[in-house]
Amino acid sequence: MELDVVELSRLQFAMTAMYHFLFVPLTLGLSVLVAIMETVYVMTNRPIWRQMTKFWGTLFGINFVLGVATGITMEFQFGMNWSYYSHYVGDIFGAPLAVEGLMAFFLEATFVGLFFFGWDKLSKVGHLTVTWLVAIGSNLSALWILIANGWMQNPVGAVFNPDTMRMEMTSFFDVVFNEVAQAKFVHTVSAGYVTAAVFVMGVSAWYMLKGRHMELARRSITVASSFGLAAALSVVVLGDESGYSATHTQKMKLAAMEGMWETHEAPAPFTAVGFPDTEARETHYKVEVPWVMGLIGTRSLTQEIPGINELVAESREKIRDGILAYDALMTIRDARGDAPDAVRAEFERNSDDLGYAFLLKQYVDDPREATDAQIAKAAEDTIPGVGPLFWAFRIMVGLGFGFIAVMAYFFVQTSFRGMRYPRPALWLAVIIIPAPWIAAELGWFVAEYGRQPWTVDGVLPTALSASHLSVADLAITLAGFVTFYTVLFVIEMGLMLKYIRRGPAEDVEETEAWMARHEHRLRTHDGNLPGATPAE
Amino acid sequence: MILHELIDFEILRVIWWALLGVLLIGFALTDGFDMGVGALLPFVARTDVERRIAINTVGPVWEGNQVWFILGGGAIFAAWPPLYAVSFSGFYLAMFVVLAALILRPVAFKYRSKRDSARWREGWDWALFVGGAVPALLFGVAVGNVLLGVPFHLTDNLFPMYDGAFHTKFLGLLRPFALLAGVVSLAMLLMHGAAWLSLKAEAPVAERARRYGTWAGIVAAAGYALAGLWLAVGIDGFQFAGEVVRDGPSNPLHSEVVRGGSWLSAYAERPWIVVAPVMGFAGIALAVLGLRAGREVSTLLWSKMGILGIISSVGLTMFPFILPSTVDPDSSLTVWDSSSSHLTLFVMLVMTVIFMPLILAYTAWVYKVLWGKVTEADVTGSGHSY
Repeated sequence: MELDVVELSRLQFAMTAMYHFLFVPLTLGLSVLVAIMETVYVMTNRPIWRQMTKFWGTLFGINFVLGVATGITMEFQFGMNWSYYSHYVGDIFGAPLAVEGLMAFFLEATFVGLFFFGWDKLSKVGHLTVTWLVAIGSNLSALWILIANGWMQNPVGAVFNPDTMRMEMTSFFDVVFNEVAQAKFVHTVSAGYVTAAVFVMGVSAWYMLKGRHMELARRSITVASSFGLAAALSVVVLGDESGYSATHTQKMKLAAMEGMWETHEAPAPFTAVGFPDTEARETHYKVEVPWVMGLIGTRSLTQEIPGINELVAESREKIRDGILAYDALMTIRDARGDAPDAVRAEFERNSDDLGYAFLLKQYVDDPREATDAQIAKAAEDTIPGVGPLFWAFRIMVGLGFGFIAVMAYFFVQTSFRGMRYPRPALWLAVIIIPAPWIAAELGWFVAEYGRQPWTVDGVLPTALSASHLSVADLAITLAGFVTFYTVLFVIEMGLMLKYIRRGPAEDVEETEAWMARHEHRLRTHDGNLPGATPAE
Repeated sequence: MILHELIDFEILRVIWWALLGVLLIGFALTDGFDMGVGALLPFVARTDVERRIAINTVGPVWEGNQVWFILGGGAIFAAWPPLYAVSFSGFYLAMFVVLAALILRPVAFKYRSKRDSARWREGWDWALFVGGAVPALLFGVAVGNVLLGVPFHLTDNLFPMYDGAFHTKFLGLLRPFALLAGVVSLAMLLMHGAAWLSLKAEAPVAERARRYGTWAGIVAAAGYALAGLWLAVGIDGFQFAGEVVRDGPSNPLHSEVVRGGSWLSAYAERPWIVVAPVMGFAGIALAVLGLRAGREVSTLLWSKMGILGIISSVGLTMFPFILPSTVDPDSSLTVWDSSSSHLTLFVMLVMTVIFMPLILAYTAWVYKVLWGKVTEADVTGSGHSY
């Protein structure tokens, strides 16, 4: 495919968004883990927990700053690269972004400075409060961003206004309590918690393998494995909630994820493995598990889940209705506010499908002049790339179950097996550090690539959303972002590794003195020195 | 929901126009001194310890300050979607440069002192200089271009289009008047940064800052006066032709606009707005005097008043225009035809009324906790500084 402005804009958005999300999940989870550690410190007054808070806090800071910095790009590139999108849905989409700034981002960014600089300036409880406010701010931030994204997946609480030629909000309540947004929020923050738990556990396991900072490592694994187990369970359960809501909001995405070409008699089977073939409209070598898809998707044994072919036929009808809406809209537009009521009524009747008429814009300037062949082609365009979605989804789910297994194992070892971790298990914990990032990026891929060809599902096609820019504009910024972000990534990784290698550097003497004083008490009956029991 | 009908659409639009100003001014007053300190860094601080002192005066607060910028972007998106769409894509490459500078800056703050190498730190010092000076200059250039008008038009479907190829579009922004506006903006924020350093740092950093700040203030005032004169004699304003509907649908093409007359005719129609430029000049003059005399807290406050006056004078002079178009005046974005819907403006106002006082309260608390000068002992003694 030749790369035009739309394709390049998509590439740039995908790249900057996925890069941003390298830092976000760790921020979400580590802020909470650090707050938990500091809570233990304030409650028990043991310096080791303050040392842990500061050590993980340092790594949090190195990661946090890039999340903030790359977030700036996210806030502005809708206007830069997607100006028609911004005009078309800004009335709805802009609101959660602005509320995110007001309610969440101000909170986390204002207090994060005090988290680092306030140790000597605040009381213990005062500092703990600051830490929790940072964690709450980060997580609220995710809530509003996902409300915005959820609206792109399931545009509720809005209608098209022919006088302003854009979508306008009819109910803020519906936008906020959009079921897709809520399901995505809990799924995403849980994924962030898993990421942080895997990270903390992996780094701690590495210390154990090297025999360094054993006290810090054991306690960190204790916190990470219990927090991580709860998070890994909820990420899968709440992901299932996302799937359930897709059954009635984004049928095409669901069918594509499943490689389900034909509507299957209820309850549909789940295809565990297979090779989707878009040309032949078939999924080869399927390994099916009976009933499961029907149960996940509809939570019933009788409801059908429509297949891709049936949905394409529906799209064809929607395109025809959309053309009627488009025709009425042109009359209203040209009358500049003086259009007859009959035309407005005609528009209202079909306005829900207006977006489908825009799918024709790729083939013909005026959708009203589209031929049957063009309509059929535009309907075909509503199928997203089935193969990549099918596999991305399965790898993500596989990783999700993997996290449950690893977290459960470490939780059992921590709680019931005297904190003894065999070396292979510790190596496994180190090796899987990148896995949650892979799962999170694949999750976003499924969500966003699966929404194509739309930026706002059923409302505005991606091809129409981009700005009036030249390929040269995009070439400059794309090259700029790639270079700039690569350099930043190398620097960030370098610093992360440096500070992990160095280990905890603050409060060392105080912590060691406390340890020496309490060594006798912490020694278990068999004479080993496991550090401390989980509850100390 | 009919609750939003409690406040007229027209009034909501004026409120959101004012809030847009509040956010831009909030950004200039807080993040402005960060940028000023960054741009002054190579001049006022020479040794590593001096630089760390300067950096640590803003170290704990820049993250919060920067949110004014992010929130400004979000609020423009939410309350003025056509402005967000037209300006950010029209100033595309300039925006990219600003973004790159603003991404570089936080990273530089955070990472500079994480390695003990002179080359590493010098590199980040440069990043801080660029991250402060470039956006400070370009924000002014953007404001200058808004006053001159921008070559865009809206199609019948309200798709924003721009004249000129990409390179002319970027270089085309650097017009003489716009550059003058850029100089005013840079000088004003340098002065503000100097006032901040004079309060938060000790000699010799504070002393050098006062010296540079004095000159920056003088340049800012002279440039601002010159820009006013230029507006009076050399630059056309924009006006509505025909009837103006203030509570109609947000569609810029529904009204007719002509180019002509002077922006400054606003001072004849609304004489009270002269208070803005007076505050601008008086604020700068008092800040300069304060810097010379070594007064600290009051100097920073006067500097804030000067910035408040200058920025609000631009908005008040142009009202109700927000982004005029040179090639198709009818496409110009104004307060009456480029806002969000009645409901969205109302909902966002409720949110702002709830959260803005909270934000101001906890921000004030954080500054109070951090009150006092950053000393050499602070940066060399503890592990918590940059």
